[in-house]
Amino acid sequence: MSFATGLRCRECGREYPIEPIYVCEFCFGSLEVSYDYAGIKRALSREKIASGPRSIWRYKELLPVGDDVVDINAGLTPLIKADNLGRALGLSQLYIKNDCVNPSYSFKDRVVAVAATKAREFNFKAVACASTGNLACSVAAHGARAGMKAYVFIPADLEMGKVLGAAIYGPTLVAVEGNYDEVNRLCSELAEKYPWAFVNINIRPFYAEGSKTLAYEVAEQLGWRAPDNAVVPVASGSLFNKIWKGLNEFHHLGLIGPVKTKMFVSQAAGCSPVTTAYQSGTTQIRPVKPRTIAKSLAIGNPADGYYALKTIRESGGSATMASDPEIVEGMKLLAETEGIFAETAGGVTIAGLKHLVQAGAIKRDELTVAYITGNGLKTLEAVQDSVVKPVLIKPNVNSFEEAMGLKVAATGDTRRNPGVKD
Amino acid sequence: MSVLVRIPSPLRRVTGGKSTAEVDSTRLSACLDDLEKQFPGIKERLCDAKGQIQHFVNIYVNGEDVRFLQDLDTPLKSGDEVSIVPAIAGGQ
Repeated sequence: MSFATGLRCRECGREYPIEPIYVCEFCFGSLEVSYDYAGIKRALSREKIASGPRSIWRYKELLPVGDDVVDINAGLTPLIKADNLGRALGLSQLYIKNDCVNPSYSFKDRVVAVAATKAREFNFKAVACASTGNLACSVAAHGARAGMKAYVFIPADLEMGKVLGAAIYGPTLVAVEGNYDEVNRLCSELAEKYPWAFVNINIRPFYAEGSKTLAYEVAEQLGWRAPDNAVVPVASGSLFNKIWKGLNEFHHLGLIGPVKTKMFVSQAAGCSPVTTAYQSGTTQIRPVKPRTIAKSLAIGNPADGYYALKTIRESGGSATMASDPEIVEGMKLLAETEGIFAETAGGVTIAGLKHLVQAGAIKRDELTVAYITGNGLKTLEAVQDSVVKPVLIKPNVNSFEEAMGLKVAATGDTRRNPGVKD
Repeated sequence: MSVLVRIPSPLRRVTGGKSTAEVDSTRLSACLDDLEKQFPGIKERLCDAKGQIQHFVNIYVNGEDVRFLQDLDTPLKSGDEVSIVPAIAGGQ
């Protein structure tokens, strides 16, 4: 059974039944799912969660779905104590939430699992989305699993890893000559015309709730407590707000103590409408034309940007941004210190974290969680020119030693590792 | 002359179900006033008390967000198309 009781307008508070709608008919504000928290409190405990499925569905009471879920095993990804990276950055309690390892290799599986489940409950025959890539992969994968048609709209200049990563599941894949904001606008018009479940449009209130599981998991994995700081890569702002909501729900339900988490936004400098608004002290988001290698974050007109600014204020956090070279450096630093190959958005998180530590916004001994939301194999183009090249040799020992500069030192110390990097 | 305005479904309650409207305005601000005359109540859904476009409303002229043009001062001419689109989430 579901504890979701209805939809509520985030602006005027008007209530609606649970239907595939996303905008208030009276004030045009966006809708958010309401729950019977008293019922959830009776049904849920730490023990109940801990003995649940090893996926996002261990928190099903806090998601707006019934019992028959579309499941490709999203979530319950590792939370890693990142001592090496922490040392490099000057942090003693740094954790990485590694969402690279979801079934379709990004955090989007969390939201799409909920959206696809809801689409099926609403009797839609097709799922659809406007996507910067990760969502495309996840919608196509969940569509395949649910036996539903999938219509996926992407900007035409997307990275090959994301195009193929969606195409493999056999969706109808449409590359639109335009940026994400244009794809999104097209889809919002298509959603009016075709009876498809556009996960991030007409299913949006339900879809967005899936991101809360990134808060629940971190709190559970930290031994039932909220971190001091959360650093989150921000595109539309939805994930950022839902992590904040999730932590506060856990506290409200008595599962964790008071939430003192500071929420930090990290954006790519080439697309930073939220950070720019924060830094200029306004709540008015000015849209931008994105120009960054972090294509997964290239949303120039962030729908939840206004609310993200509110979350920053409420939590006492702040916002930062990273240039393209810093993003690549961040990706490399994470890989070289912790063995995690994240996509460009992960580089934005790490580079942003570095700035926040340098600025004194995040202190050495604070428990800090950096969210890594997608897999590096999807954005190979971003790093292909800045990583070590293979050393080409003939298949014999001589050739190897020559290439390694070991030839003359055959009797010397061969444990050294000279010149492997170019 | 006339400008075509596309009305999204959540607003059609105000327009009596109509999905498009025609206005004779040379500026976006005047276009919103004309819409208000045709469909009383529509403007308060699109603009805040100060008359600025709400943060959760996107307005496009010929496919371009008016915040890249001249906001409410964006000029309109015959044959232009104005789209009103609710802000929606997505990305990554």
